[in-house]
Amino acid sequence: MKKTTIKTIGIAAVLAFTLNACGGSSSAPSSEAPSSEVPSTEAAADAPADAPAEGNEAAAGVSAPDLPMATEVGTGEGQVNVVAWPGYTEKDWVDPFTTASGCKVNVKVGNTSDEMVALMQTGEYDLVSASGDASLRLIASGEVAPVNTALLSNYADVYDSLKNKAWNSVGDKSYGVPHGRGANLLMYRTDKFTTPPDSWSVVWAADSTAKGSVTAYDAPIYIADAAVYLMSTNPELGIKNPYALDKTQFAAAVELLKGQKGLVSEYWSDYLKQQAAFKSGTMTAGTSWQVVANAAKAEGTPVDVVLPKEGSTGWSDTWMVSSKSKNPNCAYMWMNYIISPEGNALATEYFGEAPSNQKACALTKDKNHCTTFHAGDEEYFSKIWYWTTPTKECLDGRGPICVEFAEWNKAWTELKG
Amino acid sequence: MHLSKTARRAIAGLTSLVVVILWAPIIYAGLLAFNTAKSTTLQGLTVKWWPEAFRDPEVREALWGSTRTAFFATIIALILGTLLAFAIQRFSFFGKDALSFAVVLPIALPGIITGIALNSAFRQLGVSFGFKTIVIAHATFCIVVVHNNVLARLRRLPASLEEASADLGAHTFTTLRHVTFPMLASSFGAGAILAFALSFDEIVVTTFTAGANAKTLPQYILGNFSRPNNLPKVNVAVLVVLLLSIIPVWFAQRLSESGPGMASSR
Amino acid sequence: MRALSRLLYRRPKLRLLALLSAPMVWLVVAYLGALAALLITSFYKLDGFSGATIKEFGFQNFTEIRTVSVYRHVVVRTVLVATAVTVIDLALAIPISFYLAKIASPRVRRILSVAVTMPLWASYLVKAYAWRTFVDPGDGLIKKVFGVTPGLGLASTTIVLAYLWLPYAILPVYAGLERLPDSLLEASADLGGHALVTFRKVVIPVLGPALVAGSIFTFSLSMGDYIAVDLVGGKTQMIGSVVYDNFVQNGPLAAAVSLIPMAIMLVYLLGARQTGALENM
Repeated sequence: MKKTTIKTIGIAAVLAFTLNACGGSSSAPSSEAPSSEVPSTEAAADAPADAPAEGNEAAAGVSAPDLPMATEVGTGEGQVNVVAWPGYTEKDWVDPFTTASGCKVNVKVGNTSDEMVALMQTGEYDLVSASGDASLRLIASGEVAPVNTALLSNYADVYDSLKNKAWNSVGDKSYGVPHGRGANLLMYRTDKFTTPPDSWSVVWAADSTAKGSVTAYDAPIYIADAAVYLMSTNPELGIKNPYALDKTQFAAAVELLKGQKGLVSEYWSDYLKQQAAFKSGTMTAGTSWQVVANAAKAEGTPVDVVLPKEGSTGWSDTWMVSSKSKNPNCAYMWMNYIISPEGNALATEYFGEAPSNQKACALTKDKNHCTTFHAGDEEYFSKIWYWTTPTKECLDGRGPICVEFAEWNKAWTELKG
Repeated sequence: MHLSKTARRAIAGLTSLVVVILWAPIIYAGLLAFNTAKSTTLQGLTVKWWPEAFRDPEVREALWGSTRTAFFATIIALILGTLLAFAIQRFSFFGKDALSFAVVLPIALPGIITGIALNSAFRQLGVSFGFKTIVIAHATFCIVVVHNNVLARLRRLPASLEEASADLGAHTFTTLRHVTFPMLASSFGAGAILAFALSFDEIVVTTFTAGANAKTLPQYILGNFSRPNNLPKVNVAVLVVLLLSIIPVWFAQRLSESGPGMASSR
Repeated sequence: MRALSRLLYRRPKLRLLALLSAPMVWLVVAYLGALAALLITSFYKLDGFSGATIKEFGFQNFTEIRTVSVYRHVVVRTVLVATAVTVIDLALAIPISFYLAKIASPRVRRILSVAVTMPLWASYLVKAYAWRTFVDPGDGLIKKVFGVTPGLGLASTTIVLAYLWLPYAILPVYAGLERLPDSLLEASADLGGHALVTFRKVVIPVLGPALVAGSIFTFSLSMGDYIAVDLVGGKTQMIGSVVYDNFVQNGPLAAAVSLIPMAIMLVYLLGARQTGALENM
């Protein structure tokens, strides 16, 4: 019996080894992860602060494989498979697109950047709405192809400050079109905080009134939020970019997070869960998105959002085309649609973010939408640190002394305990 | 066994309590299918979500996807499980024990392990994920369910019946068809129903072996955890499945009460 | 047809081959091969930036698991929860199955059987989500009715897992009790044994394999769960969560971590095999 088992295992092992050896080029273990809780590390690849000027170089150390880009947009293939953030592909603007283009949109929702990267690696999707931390990874691994923006009639009206950013371009090649941009905001229950809070100390300070009902984004990228807070409270640490943390700075951020754990009731990545938790009062303060606040208010929960004085992390998502796309024409049609004034207005108004097309501002139902979300307000966005993949080569130019993304991930697992 | 009246009452009470607790979340979810609001708090009753759910192509695709998957997975499990049961019960061979052990693994090991293992294997082999891969995955953990049922019944079958059939001139396949399989029928049924149920509600292994477009009901439900707009439709779909499940459950009941050699112990 | 039948009759080995080939290929090559592939993946490394797997052998993942304490804590925590869930479920399964098999009238038995098996057809996800709303510390049903609630954490995780797997524990135990002839129980009573003694010396030993079979389900399902714990566990991480979270980010590490529950279950199963429980599943 023992001999049989060993023999069987031996045969299986040899087989497995052969399989592994024969398998194609290195592939990250991506899977069709369900769109639930894997934290996404959406990192905008841009160093904020003096963003606009610096933004046009690709993040140090990223080289993109040479992939062909489309030369024309032909007839639609009838469908397009999309990986998108929740709330990015709602019927209100998807249906008009389908009617006009004949492309049926099949959506797979990803709750985190990591999920999205994994999904794209399966090669089964045409488009992804990638945040800055996913986009560079996708470019570097050859998952996405450069985009021929000349084929997109609406590209001209996109804010210049969003074109060819460090997170979605390499050299002079653009890898996608921006959906919009927004900040991670502090959401709080208005009945618990009668004076609106103006600082992130609500979620970090040990004596916070929200102790026991704080929430934080369940993803390694949230470490950057700790770093943003430290930039204000501990300037002696010398953090210039919350995604460029050397070992000392990183350790300090992790310490802060460990302290925060005692205040936290739950970490969130599924925004329906967060919405329900704010409604029931399990969570009373923490990082969130405008769209969640809108949905919660619609349900009657007394919440509001604010951008605290220390600034915040944020995101600007890029629609990118898979290098293995089976429906490239529909993909280009979608990209052109989502940055069109009509499409962009609908999508960004629903989600609660600043549009990427200047002309969308005239078409939003709420005429104050663009003001509320600071569309085109570069000064506002200079306080937002877009999600970016932390690399060993420091994003602030200090050299290869920074903690890289894989370590952020391990630290996050360790932190949750 | 003589159990005092109090003991009997206590056990009966415990059973009732547990059954109530078993059903509480299910009834709650069922009520939410009639909720006027789209949230998890019950605010009022309405039937408006039902026609919406039935018209929704995503709901229909999910229900059909799960049914199709479970159906094919069950068929494969029936075939493989029966073949294996025959081999194990009637022969002794090198590796028999190991094989009996291996057949249990897909269901006894945590789903996430089976899931990531199969995912890695499929990706190594370059198999594209889709309906086929889900069926393969489901069939793998359903084999043992059929196998155990058929094996148990095979063991109780008197060999004399098959010998008699042979004596009367029937060859192997005729005997199988007219003598053996009819006697095994109830174990096929029981195994198939359990396999179907396992496959229908499976989410973990499915997650790792599904493709972009393949959609089963559990995937639909999980996907909609992030989309508050669809909550009532999800609950409608779940309630429909539950109500329909009365059929197979009733069948399983009948099957377990019938069949040769079932001591009814009273 | 007849010719084939004759051939098969004369060649038992051929019969065996015909029977075995398909299942063998499926189980050994496909499934065991996949497990072996997982084992091999656990030795691979991750490219820090792009997240691609580098196919070079190394022990870095195992060193990580050994040295960083969180993995130990998570494993211990998960094993404790799985054990608690198993104990609870078996403790409930025994009296309930006994009632069903031996005490209840045939009509009640039929109704209760259906009542106990139908929940298996209600979506696991929906049941878990319903529990989340029940135990919610803010306005959950339990808080409203009883004033206190287990809240979101380890206690709720244990309760909810025990709830979810209970039918899986009841099924084999019930089947085992059904096979227990009444005459044995009567004989024990005739010999002077009262209920508890009979239970201890007759019922439990006979039920042994069935109990182990039930425990395999409850233990294994708890060991790998990540969905229910995410819904009701608050900040809690279990092995399943760590594997799932890392699968997307760091596949080799996830594979390495998953070897732990795999090893635990294999040992458990090998032990269970001795009791004959594996055929009761």
